[in-house]
Amino acid sequence: MRKKNEPNAEMLKGTLDMMVLRTLVSGDAHGHTIAKVIEHSSEDVLEVEQGSLYPALHRLEDRGWVSSYWGASENNRKAKFYRLTAAGRKQLAHEKDRWRLMARAIAMVMGEELPANGGKL
Amino acid sequence: MSLLRFFRRRRADSDLAQEIDLYLAEETKENVARGLSPEEARRQARLKLGNAESVHDRLWRQNTLAALDHVLHDLKYTVRTLSRSPGFASIAILVMALGIGANLALFTVVRSVLLNPLPYRDPSRLYAIFETEKGAEGNRAFMPVAGGSFGQWKESAQSVAEMALVSPWRQYNVSADGGKLPEQIDAAWCSANFLSTLGTAPAIGRSFTDADDRPDAEATAILSDAFWRRRYNGDPAILGGKIWLNAQIYTVIGILPSTFSYSSSMSGNTIQVWTAAGHEAPDNVLHTFDDHEFLVIARLLPGATISGLLSQLNTVQKQIKADHPGGAVHDLVSGRSMLDDAVQDYKTPLYTLLAATGCVLLIACLNVASLLIARTAARSKELAIRVALGGGRLRLLSERLTESFVLSACGGVLGLLLARIALDWLVRARPDMNRVEAIHFDGMVAIFAVGAIFACAVFSGVMSALTADGKQILVSLQESSRSHSASRSHAGLRRGLLALEVGLTVVLLVGAGLLLKSYQRLRTTDLGVPVDNVLTIHLTLPDARYKEPVQQVAFFERLIERVRALPGVKAAGLVSTAPGQGWGGDQLMTVAEHPPLSPGEGLDLMVRGAEPGYFSAMQIPLLRGRFFKPEERLQRAHVAILNRSAAQLCFPGEDPIGKHVKSHIMEEVYEVVGVVGDTRWHIAQPVHPTLYWPIYGNDYTVATIVIRSSQNVEAFALPVQKVIGEMDPDLPVSNVMTLRQTIGKSTIGEQFDSLLVMAFGIIALVLAAAGLYGVLAYLVAQRTGEIGIRIALGAQREQVLRLVLIDGLRPALFGLAFGLGASALIVRLIRSMLYETEPFDPMVFLSVSVILLLVAGFACLAPAWRASRLNPMQALRTE
Repeated sequence: MRKKNEPNAEMLKGTLDMMVLRTLVSGDAHGHTIAKVIEHSSEDVLEVEQGSLYPALHRLEDRGWVSSYWGASENNRKAKFYRLTAAGRKQLAHEKDRWRLMARAIAMVMGEELPANGGKL
Repeated sequence: MSLLRFFRRRRADSDLAQEIDLYLAEETKENVARGLSPEEARRQARLKLGNAESVHDRLWRQNTLAALDHVLHDLKYTVRTLSRSPGFASIAILVMALGIGANLALFTVVRSVLLNPLPYRDPSRLYAIFETEKGAEGNRAFMPVAGGSFGQWKESAQSVAEMALVSPWRQYNVSADGGKLPEQIDAAWCSANFLSTLGTAPAIGRSFTDADDRPDAEATAILSDAFWRRRYNGDPAILGGKIWLNAQIYTVIGILPSTFSYSSSMSGNTIQVWTAAGHEAPDNVLHTFDDHEFLVIARLLPGATISGLLSQLNTVQKQIKADHPGGAVHDLVSGRSMLDDAVQDYKTPLYTLLAATGCVLLIACLNVASLLIARTAARSKELAIRVALGGGRLRLLSERLTESFVLSACGGVLGLLLARIALDWLVRARPDMNRVEAIHFDGMVAIFAVGAIFACAVFSGVMSALTADGKQILVSLQESSRSHSASRSHAGLRRGLLALEVGLTVVLLVGAGLLLKSYQRLRTTDLGVPVDNVLTIHLTLPDARYKEPVQQVAFFERLIERVRALPGVKAAGLVSTAPGQGWGGDQLMTVAEHPPLSPGEGLDLMVRGAEPGYFSAMQIPLLRGRFFKPEERLQRAHVAILNRSAAQLCFPGEDPIGKHVKSHIMEEVYEVVGVVGDTRWHIAQPVHPTLYWPIYGNDYTVATIVIRSSQNVEAFALPVQKVIGEMDPDLPVSNVMTLRQTIGKSTIGEQFDSLLVMAFGIIALVLAAAGLYGVLAYLVAQRTGEIGIRIALGAQREQVLRLVLIDGLRPALFGLAFGLGASALIVRLIRSMLYETEPFDPMVFLSVSVILLLVAGFACLAPAWRASRLNPMQALRTE
């Protein structure tokens, strides 16, 4: 469901990949679950565009950061599950560092101090 | 990775469809759980998903490599347009296939025969060493080596090179055994270290040791793989077994690997049996300095150079000459790599053929380019519209290149097949060529093939793309069919290509003409005797069974008597070596009546043993004196007959009859009883002064039966062999062939070269003619309206004919002039391949010009004629 009342959360470029990887840390998931988890975790602030999610998943798979397999969903339908690979885990750590740096930098520019562990990532 | 993704776009797409389906299902379910009606739930789910198509689109584009996509697209488009004009496509592919195939075949031959290293260990260190004399040229710069010289060389060069000797001109009679016929085989004597010097060893069994390489050793032999398989069915039990060679027992100690081959400038890869030189060669042959029976090979030791070795050997040889000042003792040493030695004679012919195929390929490319240009011209409106609608110029160029690439790739694949067939044929047609067994495709040939395909594609593609000049696009849209200068620039470039094509054709034809003329000269050379209906059969009496001269002579006398008695034989005779069948040995002689020459000097005469009836059987004319008498045999065989050249050499301005010549080697004196006409020992070589003495006596154990009949002389081969079989069942015959076949065999190389170059010339001529016709037909079609107007305004048909004809012939004339000029520069390179033919043979140049103009005229006549017969009304109405 669209949340028209929320500020339109255009995701920062490149952050979707990072969030997808982060989501997969807690276990394999298919596309719908991943979107749901991101939305819930962000308390519905972030809305995952399906038009971006699936190309992103394929791209991550192509780079070897996630692998995929066909399995059965919770409702017993054929679903494509994604799993974080070792390379993906490394990439996630790398992106996390970069993100922290960026977030801190932006906060400093904006004259605000972020809590030590900003964001839920 | 992304390439993989690119080709899996379709699968990714269907994966995505499933994922989206799942998403919709899950979302709908959640919505239902939230209390929405199923319909509303599905609607909301779809709303949330947004445009599924755009998701598909996005993923598809993410997975696409733009450049590759364009290439595939171009490929598809090209295949479609080409299959719409199958005639054009198949002609272009065929032309390319001919060009690429011929080049591929010749490149393979050049690489396998001339360039690939010999199949030995570390072959770059292997050299062939020869004797020579000061100022010697050609063959005389590389002459066989005397056994005595070799012994001294080997000793002095011990620290520089490992040296071995081989005498590859030997033959053995293999006795009939195990139900097999007797046969005569090519064999070689070699020193014990010959195989190890080459760096090879028998596949099974062992090599010779120094103990085998001695006069008192047990007789041993090593067999070639081919001979072992053919005669002994590849049975390994033959190892250690006995075989009969020249009626003596030999123990087989080894079988050579099937890959072994040895050939030199003086012998081919025909040797079936190897024996130890130290055991086989007479003692004096191994130790003299004036009897040159051997070839020498040397393997340089690490750090040594060939020039160092040669200078060392030259010192030794000069000392030998000083110690033994005989005329037949040489004073210098020469050497070249074993590879050069084996293939020296094939270099010029093969490179000439490669150049000829290169010309054919260039012509093929020009023709295909010309065809592509014609297509571009025909499609100029379509292309202009596409450009006007925003088609990128680069895309159009890549399309053009794709087209030429598809054509040359197809041509290349077909050409590979053609090359395969051509090589099979060549290996069968040229068994005489050294290293012909080494011819095979390899990685380098594959690279060459791919390179040729790309070069052709780029060449013809760029040629045609050049004409699709951007500035013309508007023009061709505006261009109504009334603007008669239509696309003249296309034709201009095509004319330039044509002139080049004609020029190359002229070069090929001139080369072919010269080679063909040289070959004709060679074939019609007078051997000195009438060559029709003469059969020759060669046999060798084994020393072991025919020990005494009396036995040998008795056998020969009985044999020739029985052959003459065969019904249908007009005449028959015996000679040691028949005309045209080789050197057959020479000796230094002096004239007894003349003042003695300085020590070692002498007159070099070729020596033949002949039987009294030989001269009349061969129809060699008697010029003075008489032939031999039947009683001039054995001890009374000290008479000689000279040929005309020998008489002039030995007795200038004198009557030779009754005079005497003295042989240096035999140390005997022979009385000259007659003078006969000259005969040639090889069809392509000048007459050599020759002395005949009786074959009955003078230690002859070899003889060639010559049989003359009025017709169908080949039919006597079997009856004569039967006669011989009855007289001695172990005696094989060899060289059963007519004199005509002898000449054919010695001119096979020249025939091959001239016919191939001629074939290439004809292909080029046909392509050039097709090109001329095509361009002119196109021009006439373009100018239909203009010509119609001319005729309507009163131009005479003849005028129109002349106008068009001259227009079409102009590139041919330019090309002819260019080609004649280029030929004049190039023909000098093939001088060494020409026999009694000057490179600047005016007849050849003239007839090539005439033929070319005639063909060009015919090619242009059809379109010109059509133009002159145009109906003006119709021509104008076609607009």
